[in-house]
Amino acid sequence: MNNRVVITGMGIYSCLGYNLDDVRQSLFDGKSGIIFNPERKELGFRSGLTAKIDMPDLKGILSRNQRVYIPEQGNYAYMATADALKNAMIDMDYLEDHEVGILYGNDSSAEAVVKSVDIMREKKETTKIGSGAIFQSMNSTVSMNLACLFKLKGINMTVSGACASGSHAIGLGSLLIKWGLQDCIVCGGAQEVNPYSIGSFDGISAFSTRENDPTKASRPFDRDRDGLVPGGGAATVIIESYDSAVKRGAPILAEICGYGFSSNGDHISVPNVDGPVRSLEMALREAGVNIRDIGYVNAHATSTPVGDKNEAKAIAQVFGDLKPEVTSTKSMTGHEMWMAGASEVIYSMLMMKNHFIAPNLNFENPDEDSAKLNIPEKRVDKHFDMFLSNSFGFGGTNSTLIVRNL
Amino acid sequence: MKKEEFIPKVNDALAQEFEVEIEEITPDADIKETLDLDSLSLVDMVAIIEDMFEVSIKNQEIAQVKTFNDLYDFIEGKINE
Repeated sequence: MNNRVVITGMGIYSCLGYNLDDVRQSLFDGKSGIIFNPERKELGFRSGLTAKIDMPDLKGILSRNQRVYIPEQGNYAYMATADALKNAMIDMDYLEDHEVGILYGNDSSAEAVVKSVDIMREKKETTKIGSGAIFQSMNSTVSMNLACLFKLKGINMTVSGACASGSHAIGLGSLLIKWGLQDCIVCGGAQEVNPYSIGSFDGISAFSTRENDPTKASRPFDRDRDGLVPGGGAATVIIESYDSAVKRGAPILAEICGYGFSSNGDHISVPNVDGPVRSLEMALREAGVNIRDIGYVNAHATSTPVGDKNEAKAIAQVFGDLKPEVTSTKSMTGHEMWMAGASEVIYSMLMMKNHFIAPNLNFENPDEDSAKLNIPEKRVDKHFDMFLSNSFGFGGTNSTLIVRNL
Repeated sequence: MKKEEFIPKVNDALAQEFEVEIEEITPDADIKETLDLDSLSLVDMVAIIEDMFEVSIKNQEIAQVKTFNDLYDFIEGKINE
């Protein structure tokens, strides 16, 4: 089997907006979603910078017995997935009658764990923790909740690949469809934003401390970058075999034509160049496309000194003299971690469908490596029909997706 | 605490937690049906009662409780243990 894999629906709940139209507008305007949150300083954070995202109110949409099992990021994922399914013209009757699967990126659910342990320590009685905590605290919480809420009957699991989770979820899903094992899969990534989930990340000095100017803090590829800004939310894409999409009369938005992956086999937090290069080259090989046709590269670049430097080297090595625009949407969103691989496919899709490349905010001065890339600080209005999206993560996991406009 | 005193408090707490109208909670109504309890949400109901009256409830004890009246009697017995 060698099915073509297409995207037929998208939904997103991010600091750039809670629906596709608002997110597209934020990208077009180069609007940052980053704020300073003083509550983090009270908890002892080095950095109070974060993406701003409000919790959706699902009361009235889902019952108490459905909501009690859903953690923070699951709420975002529910909203994104409901929109994506609607966008793909898939209703509950279709889901009841077909084996639609779910592969969702998620790599923590800390708040429920922290709260459970607090209750256990205080009350000395586990039954006081409540019935929702076990389901909220597992890594697979998002896929398990969405699978039940949307009556999904195909593959059902979470992909935990650090900050490449969402990208790997889409990539792995595309392989299952390519091989004919599934016709349609809900793919995506979710990221909690509560402080409990990232206090330890803040503790290793990974975050920008440019607190006096929050929207300037995330500055991927800029010479004066000083760390990432944590973000979150959820993003869902509905992927499907071309034949299934045609049979349904579904909107066919784009084709996932290449998925590359690799592991650095190196340091736990410091990325290298060779691993990402192999991921990019594999994606290009799998896609079987001419590298000249790639009109835009959505970089992983998180605004950390070493990460951006090594990605710039990898992109320069693979693209050589070709100079497609390279930007990191994290300059607007901060690092959406487990969600990022999925949200950045949607950001890139919105740009591709609307003929622009969002600015790489705060790219004021290149360093010696980013100077070799074509990084626009202002929005570029141009049409392109293919993009490449990178996602890398702790432990040296790398994922690259290539998507073609249809 | 007398039964008449705690009944409104119990009803209020259960109506709020399980999102039902207070009028739906009547003495002879079936608890599981009224509050839409399954084996998991039953754990939450027990925790509410335990917290409210500072008592400890065993699974087999609560299994005997079918209606709200049964629950009020059960609580009264627990308080007087």
